[in-house]
Amino acid sequence: MPRTHVNCTVNGDEVDFLAADSTSLLNALRDELGLTGAKEGCGTGDCGACTILVDGRVNCACLMFAAEAEGTTITTVEGIARGDHLHPLQEAFLEGAALQCGVCTPGFLVAAKALLDENPEPTETEIRYALAGNLCRCTGYDKVIRAVQEAAVAVNGASK
Amino acid sequence: MTVTENPPTYKFVGTRPVRHDGLDKVTGKARFAADLDMTGQLRGALVRSPHSHARIVSIDTRRAEAMPGVKAVVTGDDFADLDCAHPEFDMAVNLMARTEALYNGHVVAAVAAVTAAQAAAAAAAVEVEYQPLPAVLTIDDAIAQGAPIANTTNRTMFTGDTEPSNLASVNELGRGDVEAGFEAADIIIEREFRTVAVHQGYIEPHACVADCGQDGKTTIWASSQGHFAVRSKTAAALGWSTDRIKVIPAEIGGGFGGKTTIYLEPVAVLLSQKAARPVKIVMSREEVLRATGPAPATKITAKIGATNDGEITTLQATMYFDNGSSKGLSALTGAMSLASYKLPNLQLHAIGTVTNTPRSAAYRAPSAPQAAFAVETLIDEVAQRLNMDPIDIRLQNAVVEGDPTATGAPHPKIGFVESLEAIKNSDHYNSPVPEGAGRGVATGFWFNIGEQSSATVNLNEDGTATVVTGSPDIGGSRASMALMAAEELGLAVERITPIVADTESVGFTDITEGSRATFATGMAVVNACRELIDELKARAATIKGVAVDEVEWLDGAAVIAGHDPLTLPEITALAKKTGGPLTATASLNAAGAGPSFAVHVADVAVDQETGQTTILRYTASQDAGTAIHPSYVEGQIQGGSVQGIGWALNEEYIYNSSGAMENAGFLDYRMPVASDLPMIDAIIVEVPNPSHPYGVRGVGETGIVPPIPALANAIAAATGIRMTSLPMSPPRLLAAINERDGN
Repeated sequence: MPRTHVNCTVNGDEVDFLAADSTSLLNALRDELGLTGAKEGCGTGDCGACTILVDGRVNCACLMFAAEAEGTTITTVEGIARGDHLHPLQEAFLEGAALQCGVCTPGFLVAAKALLDENPEPTETEIRYALAGNLCRCTGYDKVIRAVQEAAVAVNGASK
Repeated sequence: MTVTENPPTYKFVGTRPVRHDGLDKVTGKARFAADLDMTGQLRGALVRSPHSHARIVSIDTRRAEAMPGVKAVVTGDDFADLDCAHPEFDMAVNLMARTEALYNGHVVAAVAAVTAAQAAAAAAAVEVEYQPLPAVLTIDDAIAQGAPIANTTNRTMFTGDTEPSNLASVNELGRGDVEAGFEAADIIIEREFRTVAVHQGYIEPHACVADCGQDGKTTIWASSQGHFAVRSKTAAALGWSTDRIKVIPAEIGGGFGGKTTIYLEPVAVLLSQKAARPVKIVMSREEVLRATGPAPATKITAKIGATNDGEITTLQATMYFDNGSSKGLSALTGAMSLASYKLPNLQLHAIGTVTNTPRSAAYRAPSAPQAAFAVETLIDEVAQRLNMDPIDIRLQNAVVEGDPTATGAPHPKIGFVESLEAIKNSDHYNSPVPEGAGRGVATGFWFNIGEQSSATVNLNEDGTATVVTGSPDIGGSRASMALMAAEELGLAVERITPIVADTESVGFTDITEGSRATFATGMAVVNACRELIDELKARAATIKGVAVDEVEWLDGAAVIAGHDPLTLPEITALAKKTGGPLTATASLNAAGAGPSFAVHVADVAVDQETGQTTILRYTASQDAGTAIHPSYVEGQIQGGSVQGIGWALNEEYIYNSSGAMENAGFLDYRMPVASDLPMIDAIIVEVPNPSHPYGVRGVGETGIVPPIPALANAIAAATGIRMTSLPMSPPRLLAAINERDGN
């Protein structure tokens, strides 16, 4: 089977791997690079559990071919913390009990990071629409939304 | 917000520490079953029936076996032949069809290959010859005169019938004299309610890895609500003894009842045995929806009678619950869930059906939401006709301790009245209904269960502790185990590590179901801690050379008059010199699970042009007994509420005329997303359960019961339309609006 040699940057590291034409970026991240933080909840781009940033933009990794990652810069949930310092969103999710089973959490964190990077002071409605592509079946979203609000306050406090 | 009757003072119980498994879950390190890979691992794929009902004439696996990378193929012939009276017969046949495919999506064969793509290609190359049989797809089909038999192995339970039937169970429950009750009533209302199948919707598809060794000993890594049940069900399906199987629990990505049964593990074990390599199987979302646990579709005819002063004199109902492809107790459970009102006269006919649709599975307070939809709607209508407040009519008829449940057994101490009063006193209920909106109220009940649990508490040499249980943690139960241990031992909760151990490292523990983990497993943890405290006191007595009855355990230290207190770390540091390691194990079959009641209020606006319902405000109260970790109690209330909201407004299995599911994906099986919802205000009511050392009642399930009728009642208030079938989705509501307006 022909394979494509893909070079990209993932969570700050330059990596390369071989990918068959039909391999999704999600499977390449999980199976080739061992980054299993992004989850496959649906495989059709409807649940957001595989949300990653590609060149700073939110993407469902299950909807991209691995070969499309050539030359891109990718951030997964494993790359959100800076060393031992959790991202304010991670802190807020922990403090605010914004996760139960935790399988959707990686996708929510990445999508919420993209929101705060773009819009550091989102309204509740803006948060709800920014995260509307991420399904959570455990929390009813209440504590997730509140955690993003808390993290926004922390991000803004740090930047002032 | 928490409403507590006589709050006791605890140091740790009732606080909100960061959960112990949280860090791994926010950094992507937590390992769910699909995240695990073993050396030499193969990938499995399943062959599924495209027919709703068919005889399997032959299966030719030769072409598949010859495909690249294929190492093993299994069919029904490879599985144990269980008698149809075996309690696991239906589970075993569901995970691998034998003589007949019983629904569209039923597994008929499985393959293992080096890559997932090779396995999928080989699965497609398995040649199955089917002889299609007449399919029974709905409750009405199943009970029709002369209907074909959906599953010839089914015998109706509780009737003594020995002929194949489409009735899974028939039960009658009741008390008093319903006819006399209707005679005494000033108002009688009767309606038929219908609901369709819905899915639990856990975000993690079913997955497992199995590694069968040369000696036949097998290790399974599974995401499940109960790994001991994975072991026993796998053993039953294979005809093996349980000691051959070790199950290691992976993190579980949501269950809600749907992961109390199994689908994959015995298949993976047999493939692994044949191939002599580990085999991993991961379902796709389409497979999850087509072939795992929907909640039953229902048809309920209910008739209620009440006097002009608001006393509900009678309830009579005929309740059909569809179990899908094999028998189940969903109808009986639905009838038994009608336990919230005094109802001096009650008559319930509970009839379960069998159809050629996926075998139904438990879904959070199984069967109660459908039953509550009927009864809570009728009570709302009575209140409306009498111009009574919907909370007041419920307070007037609410059960209290000693009142009968549906089976006649008396309620223990419960907090239904307190939960009603919490909503009646809430800011939400006392605020005006927004212009043009409607407000609806409804209540819910769930039994909760005890069952068997084991726990081991190990005190480490540095004075930290490990709490080992066998209860998979689906909503934060590890944190509550640690909090109860902290309270008992007087040890900071951060110094306690709660873990879920494999089937060979902790005593038998039943499934995390029935809202039992914090109640029953928590009680085992408390008992183990109390045994440890006795031992700690004995060690302190030895160290100080005093009699053990001179030692008291207080705030994490042994206190002896005339001596400095000996702290827990000081005692554990000397363990080697005073008798060896400090460890204790407790196991129990817990009795006295406290039922939990919930009361919800919703304000909705209905768009008259689109039929779209928008929830403007939502508040839910629920009796938790004692909230060990209030954040996760709120989380259960909020999560249950939103699942109920999805069930009410959007979710539905859509089958075509031949029984194929037409919306087997998250785009078309539309679960609630963040932008659909407001905040869900949770009010924790605490009426302690006298059968638990801290008063715990399970809280996992009741929250899903009230939303359907609460929203139906709110929609009725907003539109004047009584919706009696689900989902109350925009097209259906719009059709009802047009009918109302004569369009």
